Amino acid sequence: MARIYLDHASSMPVDNRVFEFAKPYLCSSHGNPSSLHSVGLEARRALEDSRKKIAELINAENENTIIFTGSATEANNLAVKGVALRNVTQGKAIIASAIEHMSVLNPMKELQKNGFSFTMLPVDSTGVVDLKTLETLLTKNTVLTSVMYANNEIGTIEPIREISRRVHEKALYLHVDAVAAAGRVPIDVQKDGIDLLTLSSNDFYGPQGAGVLYVKPGVKLQSVLLGGGQERGLRSGTENVFAIAGMGEAARIAQQEMQQETKRLIPIRDSLIKEILKIDRSYLTGHPTQRLPHHASFRFSYIEGESILLNMDMYDIQVSTGSACSSKTLEPSHVLLAIGLKHEEAHGSMVLTLGRSTTMDDVHIVSKATNETVQRLRKLSPMSQEWRN
Amino acid sequence: MASVGYSKKVMEHFMNPRNVGVIENPDGYGKVGNPVCGDVMEIFIKVKDDKITDIKFRTFGCGSAIATSSMVTELAKGKHIDEAVKITRGDVANELDGLPAQKMHCSNLAADALHEAIKDYKHKKQKM
Repeated sequence: MARIYLDHASSMPVDNRVFEFAKPYLCSSHGNPSSLHSVGLEARRALEDSRKKIAELINAENENTIIFTGSATEANNLAVKGVALRNVTQGKAIIASAIEHMSVLNPMKELQKNGFSFTMLPVDSTGVVDLKTLETLLTKNTVLTSVMYANNEIGTIEPIREISRRVHEKALYLHVDAVAAAGRVPIDVQKDGIDLLTLSSNDFYGPQGAGVLYVKPGVKLQSVLLGGGQERGLRSGTENVFAIAGMGEAARIAQQEMQQETKRLIPIRDSLIKEILKIDRSYLTGHPTQRLPHHASFRFSYIEGESILLNMDMYDIQVSTGSACSSKTLEPSHVLLAIGLKHEEAHGSMVLTLGRSTTMDDVHIVSKATNETVQRLRKLSPMSQEWRN
Repeated sequence: MASVGYSKKVMEHFMNPRNVGVIENPDGYGKVGNPVCGDVMEIFIKVKDDKITDIKFRTFGCGSAIATSSMVTELAKGKHIDEAVKITRGDVANELDGLPAQKMHCSNLAADALHEAIKDYKHKKQKM
């Protein structure tokens, strides 16, 4: 039985074309971009080439808006802390949606301990942010509002333009974490009205170890990592040239192939959803239509997600779950709780994220394995017996 | 070195759990855990001359919750209740060639469920 890897939101293989493109920067063109000799300049050129390709992927004003970081977590920290601390004279209010990644929520919580006023923006049962509440929360003291482009656990795409309009009517900056969405759906930072945007290399087949924060021209931001002044002084530290060069090439390929790949994946995603929802007491999580083309997420009553993950792995199918047992904090996913699930419901989740290796032939195998997994675990579960009785 | 993931024995018990099910009119019944926390275990025992002659379990929970339930039923089956009551969480984990550190407390409730079932049996016996 061939492996069916459906956990692309957690990690992806590096595209072979990307690897071939970036390989020289590990070996022959190994220079430090800050060095002025020819080997250093080769590395510098690779950075600038990548900046250009990434700017094109999101239709940025120019390549100088692209700040390389070591990860998306770092980019999110830079956006949140960098904006809040730099613009403190404008106000000390910050807002994030309740389904943001921990690398947005935790820096905001830390700021809250240091005197900032942090408010969590609720979402509805499909994971869409509540625009009416947003309007009431925004004030002229709100220096940063952070809402993700699409959610990695439930696949819901947020109405970014609507959010942007409201933010800019009253408040200062909008930050958008586009890690799950970039390379999957077209992003236009200018038309969408985005001030800061986070990207992750490995989420579109680039190497791990590179992230990006897009910073719109004129946005005031301060560094959170001090040192030699790389990346316009906003992110010190020698650049990971291999990962950054690869990220640029991955962005170019993603942009080129996005439309075609989306067209290929949507029918596979929809068939998976249709087949898996045939299982009794199974539910889709996230929005039924406003969702990422490669994303199918579910919950099953009476069973627990880590067991689902382990059982699916026995079929050599790799999935993800928002169950507490799979987390380091032993809390179920804050995203599933934010869409209104009870703890025991949130424990039984399964997330499938498709990729370039996924085919229509996988649908039958995966839905059959899911059905067998759910039935087996329910046979063991005291809760399903209560339901049957 | 800390263990990465589950031992082979945990996975074997997870995939092929022993003594799954329900005993009608059990001599002892124990239930521990909470669906909110993600683990619920129940154990049913049949006892003759203070010896556990049959034992069954049902578990809602993660891989180690299921494997520890299965293991504790194996350890307890056939034992005198005075011996069975001495089975600890540590014994269960050891018999499974260890559990990941963060699973030691939260998903290792199976011994507790067994102790509850024995307590229930003793309680019923006193009443008779």
